[in-house]
Amino acid sequence: MTRGKRRNMWLEILAIVLFLIFMLPFVIILMNAAKPTLLVISEPLAFPENPLQFFTNAWHIVNDATVRYIPSFISSVIITVGSVALIVLTTSMAAWVLVRTKTRASTAIFLMFVGAIIVPFQVVMFPLISWLASIERTLGIAGTSFRLLGNYPGIMLAYMGFGAPLSIFLYHGFIKGVPVELEEAATIDGCSRARTFFNIVFPILKPISMTVIILNGMWIWNDFLLPRMVLRGGRNDVQTLPIAVASFVGQYVRRWDLILTTTILAMIPIIIVFLFLQKHIIKGMVDGSIK
Amino acid sequence: MGNIRGKHTPIFFLFLLPSMFAFTIIIIIPLIMGVYYSFTDWNAVPGTPINWVGLDNYIAMFSDVTFLHSFIVTIVFSAISIVLINFLAFMFALLVTAKLKLANLYRAGFFLPNLIGGIVLGYIWFFIFNNAIPALGSAAGSDFFSQSFLGNRYTSLFAMIIVTTWQMAGYIMMIYVAAIQSVPVSLLEAAQIDGAKYYQRLKHILMPLIAPAFTITLFLTLVNTFRMFDVNFALTAGGPSGIFMGQALRTTELLALNIFNTAHTFNDQAQGQARAIIFFILLLIISLVQVYFNKRKEIEA
Repeated sequence: MTRGKRRNMWLEILAIVLFLIFMLPFVIILMNAAKPTLLVISEPLAFPENPLQFFTNAWHIVNDATVRYIPSFISSVIITVGSVALIVLTTSMAAWVLVRTKTRASTAIFLMFVGAIIVPFQVVMFPLISWLASIERTLGIAGTSFRLLGNYPGIMLAYMGFGAPLSIFLYHGFIKGVPVELEEAATIDGCSRARTFFNIVFPILKPISMTVIILNGMWIWNDFLLPRMVLRGGRNDVQTLPIAVASFVGQYVRRWDLILTTTILAMIPIIIVFLFLQKHIIKGMVDGSIK
Repeated sequence: MGNIRGKHTPIFFLFLLPSMFAFTIIIIIPLIMGVYYSFTDWNAVPGTPINWVGLDNYIAMFSDVTFLHSFIVTIVFSAISIVLINFLAFMFALLVTAKLKLANLYRAGFFLPNLIGGIVLGYIWFFIFNNAIPALGSAAGSDFFSQSFLGNRYTSLFAMIIVTTWQMAGYIMMIYVAAIQSVPVSLLEAAQIDGAKYYQRLKHILMPLIAPAFTITLFLTLVNTFRMFDVNFALTAGGPSGIFMGQALRTTELLALNIFNTAHTFNDQAQGQARAIIFFILLLIISLVQVYFNKRKEIEA
């Protein structure tokens, strides 16, 4: 064995050990989600006697009135997909006109968006909720299915607003590198400005659109504080999976078998997506952080 | 197309409208309201009069021990987390780029915790610190490990640091991996042929070449740990309670949770708002320092 090969063997062992330590929490959770309540407390490190207990626990959670697993899952999907689609569409449009229009106002608007990247949700959340509630009262939609709070329109609008700064910044940087000649050729061929954007420019933006989709999608899917405030958490309000997990824990303080099962059910969707889109997700998150 | 330069066409307004509409309603107006409310006795109850109180909320905040305590705890939490996350992430990055057989598996495994939201991670680790580790500790006959980490102000802060490190290390690793892969292999090989040892190549070639990545990861971890809310909320909820400067308070309450609790648990919306403004200003200072550093790097380059 050469020196290099032996060194690689030690590195391989080190990596495996670190990997196993990193995965250990998941293993412990899986083990305990497949036990009845008392065994979780008395013997958290023992292997489950009957692994199929997990499905009994999972069935309990799926039917639980607080978790509302299926509706919560569907709401999470609607909110994530809907908000991301709105963000991609509206911010690519905005960034394009901001790049292609060279005026002081255009630069000022762009700088305003860039500056807002750092605004934390905490600084606007209290006024935002009371202001959305007063809009509801003014429009007479409070308590109806068109209401903003505890409902889809409000939270999607919130994500559009909060997603805009970083997404416009990312699109802006990319569009600056797209040659304007392409668009000029299309205009000569009789394409309107709007059609030029949707037919010619938008398809070229695909790489940066992937980054915008991944960054916003991961954030919105896992977000807690914003939906906690905007969705309010009432009985008749829309709830996302993280909200469902938190309210379940609040209600079943000692039922660790069920709490751990709930966390697994909340993790499964994103892990499945990751298995299929691993390369895109990692690339999107790294690109988004570096720019 | 040249004709639209320097002019605002209808398309300019039309395409900008949806983003501007959402941005104005969700950020601009609440931000202005928030600054105003922080100088009033606003209580978020519709119909009650709002009275101007000047700097009262800010004076109350700076004379409040819990805010000072949260500020200190946040700084300690951020500082230790930043060091641990970056150290572990850099080590992981060196490992997964070292041509190991299962490199892709390790990479995915280290990244996995980052996919899951802080709330879910917080509850998982609550069980591990409260049940799993004490069970292991009593089986091994260790007094220290048979106690819950969450029962003591120092170990519960450390518990939060462990969870945050576990969550973020894989993400930061990916940034280092991207940087390491952009370094030409020939450069490292040439140094190896010249007889440079592994740590010499690391210190004198690799690390200087990926210096910009360190600036990015440093500020990314700083901002993310400074804003930490979810893990704090789910894992310790600020507890356990303890005494600081003669006052009973929650010993692991970070700034973001302190803002939330001030407004919700203690129902003092204007006070919570004033704290949020200070929180915002602190983040603003951090990012201005970052911009300054990046600009200086660009000039040097």
